[in-house]
Amino acid sequence: MPATFIQPEFRVKIDYDRCHKCGRCVQQCGWGVYDFNERPIPHDEKCRACHRCVTFCPARCITIERNPLAYRDNDNWTAGLRKAVWKQAETGGVLLTSMGNPQPYPRIFDHLLLDACQVTNPSIDPLREPMELRTYLGRKPDAVKVEPDGAGGFKLAEDGGMSRNIELATPIIFSPMSYGSVSLNVHKSLAMAAERCGILMNTGEGGLHEDLYPYQDHVIVQVASGRFGVGPEYLQRGAAIEIKIGQGAKPGIGGHLPGEKINKEVSSTRMIPQGTDAISPAPHHDIYSIEDLRQLIYALKEASGYKPVGVKIAAVHNVGAIASGIVRAGADYVYLDGFRGGTGAAPAVIRDHVGIPVEIAIAVVDQRLRDEGIRNQASIVAAGSIRSSADVAKAIALGADVVAIGTAALVALGCHVCQSCHTGSCSWGITTQKPELTRRIDPEWGAERVTNLIHAWSHELQEILGALGVNAIESLRGSRERLRSIGLDEQTCRILGVKPAGM
Amino acid sequence: MSATRPRYAEEAPFKIHGGCGLAGICDESGKVMSGEQIILAMAVQRDRGNGLGGGFAGYGIYPEFPDHFAFHLMYHDEHAREQTEALLAEHCVVDLAEPMPTRPVKGVCDAPLLWRYFLKPLPGEIERLELSEEDMVVRLVMTINATVDGAFVASSGKNMGVFKGVGFPEEIGHFYRLEEYEGHTWTGHNRFPTNTPGWWGGAHPFALLDWTIVHNGEISAYGINSRYLEQFGYKCTLGTDTEVAAYLFDLMLRRHGLPLELACTALAAPLWSDIDRMPPEKRELMRSLRAVYGPAMLNGPFAIILGFNGGMVALNDRIKLRPLVAARAGSIVIVASEEAAIRAVAPNPDAVWMPKAGEPTVARVQGMPWPIHGDLHLTPQQVSCAVLGTEDVCDEAVEVTA
Repeated sequence: MPATFIQPEFRVKIDYDRCHKCGRCVQQCGWGVYDFNERPIPHDEKCRACHRCVTFCPARCITIERNPLAYRDNDNWTAGLRKAVWKQAETGGVLLTSMGNPQPYPRIFDHLLLDACQVTNPSIDPLREPMELRTYLGRKPDAVKVEPDGAGGFKLAEDGGMSRNIELATPIIFSPMSYGSVSLNVHKSLAMAAERCGILMNTGEGGLHEDLYPYQDHVIVQVASGRFGVGPEYLQRGAAIEIKIGQGAKPGIGGHLPGEKINKEVSSTRMIPQGTDAISPAPHHDIYSIEDLRQLIYALKEASGYKPVGVKIAAVHNVGAIASGIVRAGADYVYLDGFRGGTGAAPAVIRDHVGIPVEIAIAVVDQRLRDEGIRNQASIVAAGSIRSSADVAKAIALGADVVAIGTAALVALGCHVCQSCHTGSCSWGITTQKPELTRRIDPEWGAERVTNLIHAWSHELQEILGALGVNAIESLRGSRERLRSIGLDEQTCRILGVKPAGM
Repeated sequence: MSATRPRYAEEAPFKIHGGCGLAGICDESGKVMSGEQIILAMAVQRDRGNGLGGGFAGYGIYPEFPDHFAFHLMYHDEHAREQTEALLAEHCVVDLAEPMPTRPVKGVCDAPLLWRYFLKPLPGEIERLELSEEDMVVRLVMTINATVDGAFVASSGKNMGVFKGVGFPEEIGHFYRLEEYEGHTWTGHNRFPTNTPGWWGGAHPFALLDWTIVHNGEISAYGINSRYLEQFGYKCTLGTDTEVAAYLFDLMLRRHGLPLELACTALAAPLWSDIDRMPPEKRELMRSLRAVYGPAMLNGPFAIILGFNGGMVALNDRIKLRPLVAARAGSIVIVASEEAAIRAVAPNPDAVWMPKAGEPTVARVQGMPWPIHGDLHLTPQQVSCAVLGTEDVCDEAVEVTA
């Protein structure tokens, strides 16, 4: 019998008439697709369609094609399902995958349309008028309290104003991606970009490498169930602290970074022995209830001199009540990660079948917190497949204060969404610790690209605001009146608080 | 038909868009003037409306009932009246209930049943509900507007009233016999709705307690403004963005106790780049104000006049997308969409100026209470200076007082 029934997904085609025989494809491919025998010989079964070889081929002679192999049509038993069964019959294991849920569930963002001004209220030209995106992340008081300043004016009364909030130049931050799952150069790129853009990056659960200390005012340090890299210094360095309860790609599931990725640097940053597996348990073993979470929130505040503490959860069915509990437990922000959110590694069955869309989660949580009169007590950070500035605008209109982007930032660094992060062989040098691959990202180059992306999206947000006739992002935030749905059922519209187009 | 309230809800969701004309007159000396003056100011701005809405607010007009809440009601039918009166009787002593005096005017038709009531909370009611008098009245207004089909509270303040309907303002003014009333402060509105049910309650001014708003423009942030207000128990039932402005002033001034100056600042907030350049103490105040009241910011083109017992304040949006001109003639302050309106009332004013974007223009009746925090012990002059903001306007105010 052959070793596998699974046929290659792609075909690597080389136009040998144009090929320089330079071997660069061999050198560039992290997956070992190419052998070289006077000319490159591809092994289709290893190809991930990441386009690294295509991009770097000086002769532009490589194309990757979908394997045209026909499967007997069956909408029920798709080719993918057949392959999954074959693979499990071969291995007896859990199928691993990475990045966000690629299944054809509805993408609600693509069923929402933004408003624009015509005649009765004028649009505003963002090239001529200020267009403000500044956002404060954190808890706000119910009301501002003032007292006379003795000179005929007013000043803040004691404790009458906004407590410790983080100022963001634009309502976009980077989502947590740990050092270990991504390379140190990726972390550096994001940290530098965060500083340049006046926003935040997030360590994820892998600790804070000392090379990132200069950017610590733009770093959220995460405390996850594995507690990797957590210590007093770590907590005090971060601009904010985030308790990670769950992740949109794998709600209810822990993490596992295999020992081969725990090199010297990762080991010292995570504070675990070199070569050992880094296991993040599914739950925090000191959080088995909401009151335990409250204790951890306040323990972290005490340990850090009362920095903002946020809580990240995966968007699951009862997300409204969960978020309400988190806010009442004292969190300064709630981070909602939708079911399309990415991961460095997750069981495919979980990634593809667990959780709910972030659009729904934002709408439900925002409304729930308003119904309870506590919306001002915490910011909402929304993530889980924010793919464009349009998604940012729609998420904010639904009620998010800030969005977090992970995949989009990695795409800016070269990621081609080949969904193979868990292999550790990323040809683009992103989700790997192999030195010959990680060096492919120069942090300065990476920072510039990610900075460009944030600036571009911010400019686009300004265009959207101008068309909407408002000149500050807070006038769009939660303003669902500026959204209309197209092709969504009535119940979903009701949950989203959005009217159908035409109403 | 004319009193059937459109609901801002899933079943009949729409928003009334429109441009408008407005005017406000306040005699700071407290001397009263007849309603004819404000009708004059509105009549010359006829072009700014299309006959689908006109209205007025007058202050100091019910000297015989200074301590009663004056409820102006619009009813679709007798059934709505019975239901509403039952609700009123549950919580209040009604010392006078009468049909609103009106006269037939050509161009004004389809009037709803118009009644007014002078009432006080039942003895012990405030204590029973553990609410302030004002909170009780707000709750009552909300209940009537939201639950009684075909009933609408046009105004609910003390010693003031709102007179509005479908028609040009001068027609509405004559219909309500405004020349028979005398007040120290008047505001008027001429409406140009581009999408209207022709509903009397939808005309301006909008009122809650003794706060009234006339508004020209469209608040593009309506969606979040209304959702923000819902958090504090306000129900935005009218489908117009002007309503949110009225409720926001009520929330910030009365319930949060913010000084008028700061409330105006929050509603038409300065740019972050300006805030960053302020001295540290003021910067912190403004940062908090903008961050906390971000959902309350009235973004989009507007000019509004807020009327209250004690004066009025006119405010433009943050980048002055709608006209607003102000003038002073002796002790009288006039604001309007057009200078023509000012000169219709005062042909030779002492000064005419264009208020800057986001900078409030204030008229204050001497000796009247002032909408600031009760705990603040400032002289009205100090507050006036603080509110007016700039030195020269402040000097001018001093001169007038002298």
